[in-house]
Amino acid sequence: MMSAHPLIRLLDRGSTLFLVLLGAFAIAIPVLNLLMPAGSALHVSTYFVALFGKYVCYGLLALSIDLIWGYVGILSLGHGAFFALGGYAMGMYLMRQIGDRGVYANPILPDFMVFLNWSELPIFWYGFNNFAYAMLMVLLVPGLLAFVFGWFAFRSRVTGVYLSIITQAMTYALLLGFFRNNFGFGGNNGLTDFKDILGFNVQADGTRNALLVISCLMLALCFLVCRAIVTSKFGKVLIGIRDAESRTRFLGYRVEAYKLFVFTVSACMAGIAGALYVPQVGIINPGEFAPANSIEAVIWVAVGGRGTLTGAVLGAFVVNYAKTFFTSGFLAPYWLFMLGGLFIGTTLFMPRGIIGTYNNWRANQADKKDAARDNAKNDAFPSAPPHAAE
Amino acid sequence: MVKFHDRIVALVFAIGLLVVAAGLAHAGPYEDALEKFTTDEFADTAEAVTEVATSGSPLAAPLIAALQDGRLQFSAKDKKVFIKTADDKLIDAETGKPFDGTPPDDLDTVRVNNRLRGVIEAANGALTLMAPDAGKRYESAQSVFKSRDAAVLPAVEKALEAEKVARVKKILNEARAAILLAADDTSAPDRIAAIEVIRARGDQDSLALLQSLPADLPADVRATANGAIKTVERNLALWNTVQNLWYGLSLGSVLLLAAIGLAITFGVMGVINMAHGEMVMLGAYTTYVVQDVIRTSYPGLFDYSLAFALPLAFLVAAIVGIIIERTVIRFLYGRPLETLLATWGISLVLMQAVRAVFGPTNKEVGNPSWMSGAFDLGGILITYNRMWIIVFTGIVFVALLAMLRFTRLGLEMRAVTQNRQMAAAVGIRTARIDALTFGLGSGIAGIAGVALSQIDNVSPNLGQGYIIDSFMVVVFGGVGNLWGTLVGALTLGIANKFLEPFAGAVLAKIAILVFIILFIQKRPRGMFALKGRAIEA
Repeated sequence: MMSAHPLIRLLDRGSTLFLVLLGAFAIAIPVLNLLMPAGSALHVSTYFVALFGKYVCYGLLALSIDLIWGYVGILSLGHGAFFALGGYAMGMYLMRQIGDRGVYANPILPDFMVFLNWSELPIFWYGFNNFAYAMLMVLLVPGLLAFVFGWFAFRSRVTGVYLSIITQAMTYALLLGFFRNNFGFGGNNGLTDFKDILGFNVQADGTRNALLVISCLMLALCFLVCRAIVTSKFGKVLIGIRDAESRTRFLGYRVEAYKLFVFTVSACMAGIAGALYVPQVGIINPGEFAPANSIEAVIWVAVGGRGTLTGAVLGAFVVNYAKTFFTSGFLAPYWLFMLGGLFIGTTLFMPRGIIGTYNNWRANQADKKDAARDNAKNDAFPSAPPHAAE
Repeated sequence: MVKFHDRIVALVFAIGLLVVAAGLAHAGPYEDALEKFTTDEFADTAEAVTEVATSGSPLAAPLIAALQDGRLQFSAKDKKVFIKTADDKLIDAETGKPFDGTPPDDLDTVRVNNRLRGVIEAANGALTLMAPDAGKRYESAQSVFKSRDAAVLPAVEKALEAEKVARVKKILNEARAAILLAADDTSAPDRIAAIEVIRARGDQDSLALLQSLPADLPADVRATANGAIKTVERNLALWNTVQNLWYGLSLGSVLLLAAIGLAITFGVMGVINMAHGEMVMLGAYTTYVVQDVIRTSYPGLFDYSLAFALPLAFLVAAIVGIIIERTVIRFLYGRPLETLLATWGISLVLMQAVRAVFGPTNKEVGNPSWMSGAFDLGGILITYNRMWIIVFTGIVFVALLAMLRFTRLGLEMRAVTQNRQMAAAVGIRTARIDALTFGLGSGIAGIAGVALSQIDNVSPNLGQGYIIDSFMVVVFGGVGNLWGTLVGALTLGIANKFLEPFAGAVLAKIAILVFIILFIQKRPRGMFALKGRAIEA
């Protein structure tokens, strides 16, 4: 395995399957939505397109969490903050695109600023009418926050639950801040009433499908980046840090630099996820910063299987589909019981998640087969980590 | 003989004095004033009201009350004033006796306009200055201090002479000073004396009064006034600091109460219990249920409801805590991050369960009589519920400290905190200690819930509001030492309250969070960290 061609290392069987499936969805859903007549049995509703697009964004968020939790053992309970910051950057671009079509028809100021009697655009809103600048900010703002936060945290060796708690404090502080009107991000109501993106109407079917395809592409791209990181020599050091941080440090690796790099990359990915999420759901508000959201994203990863990348995305899809399914029916009052049960059940009975458990099972099967075939000493299949770093 | 003569003279003189006195009494200020009611001129009526109020006559109060209610009648012809009673009988205002002749035919009601109503109010104030009840006198002196009506000055001075109660006398003196300061024709020495009195009072009202003095005062008065303003300002700043300290102490004790159980479980087991806030909530709901039962079945016991709620809340939360430990957490030892997720799941389940049983709305939890109300201490207002919570927190803290220090369980808990393996090696059943510790930590959260139910809304989300703050306290204070939690909670509470006036509540909170995030860089294990090999994994 180790000596294989980089491309083969990058794309093992599971990854290939994942990318093929993702590609299939990315092609099939727009085709079935746009080309099939509305009455046809094969027609996919626009509602489903938006829903699936949302799941893809969640999948990307889960992927970013898995990169740091599954491979470096950093449990961030504040990744929702990076997601929301990316979302706000995109939301600001979309707000500027409304122009004079807002309720107050002010060509420069978004409605909420007019409503607050502001006379000019705050400096940090400058440039957001430019798409490229806004996209840069989508990466830069979460990345910079993660860099500064991580630089402080990792350098002084804040680890384990302490790190989890202060990341939670970080997102909580941002939540409180963004709720304030004078922060300049629309306060309680956030940013909404978007009209168009790059000149296309955000409500139109075509735009929705395009956003879905772009989301799938970004997910695939980020997935490949993650695979490239974790399968490289660099990735081996990360796993070393996860399993024995002190030992890795004693071997001469600059643990904090490794952590900081991955943490920042992960935050950028979460930012991208947020940026893609906002035009598809049509709103971004401070609620996205809620600590509960970040913890929920962590459970997606746990359900799918941490340290597997594909599992994180799978978990995001499964849990969110369940959420959509249960919260819309008569079972709605029981959803929180189920979610709570999911947290408990996953950690107790399926600590490796769906993919991890499946990999294990397959490894066992292979072992049995090997044992049956030549009764020789079995060769342990490298499998997902048994438990956390500490 | 000479003696006798002298006596006669003295007697005659005395009789003469008496006659004169009687004559004066007959045509006293009260009687003189009455005549002015009969002219039907507002200006005269106003004068009459003031004179009546300051006359000191026992008839003054009913007369002014009658005027206020439109029951005061006059006859211009006879120059007589009558008070009409509720049952349409007439009372002679001069004598206070029922009038039994035929009423004059030009009887008319004394008219009142808005300006006059103001005068009447002030007169009432002056009248209650002489009321038999000291509390009433005190209040009325306070209102005179605020109104600074020059017309009341004679009444104030009269009351001042008669006053025996020191508390009322002081405020009367201040009221007099306020009137003198506000008046235009006060002499410079009087003003300076008045300023001294106001300076001694030293509250916000005094400051406003001193600042409202006209600019064109004589130089020495001006200088005294400026000095007094400075003193009062310094005084107010001092009280403001004391008040911030008090609020901070109050917030800190609430934080301490919520965080102390968390600190114990985190210290001993290294487990972050995300469901800790829900234990607090369970305690609060236990209080609600206890009060509900008492209200419907034994209303007389309401003042003792908290005494019943405390042990019950401890038991309920402790039992739930032990169940959680035995069924979930013990399978996750050595995996703190998974424990965090599992306990978060538990907190979701508990919240939803409470929502299902009690409904999502706030529940009404009452304050027992000894916890409601407030009292003044110097320049600050202290509410009884906050005060008792601080006292209660102190008791819980000391009890816990004593338990850790002097009982066997405490000894074993400390041993497990310091070195789990060694503790197990010397025969401590660590699993049992874990369960008991978790039960204890949860139970304390439960009684924290009883205290919080007195100052916060009891709703399923109660715990969520405290959990992040509690974490901050534990992270800031460090684990394994309750003093760390104490210092952490009080520091955060007081810092928060001192920042609030400058930055507002939300920014203060953000500043605290940022501060802790930075603080963690310097001391990653908190202020009072355990030291030694066992700590670094």
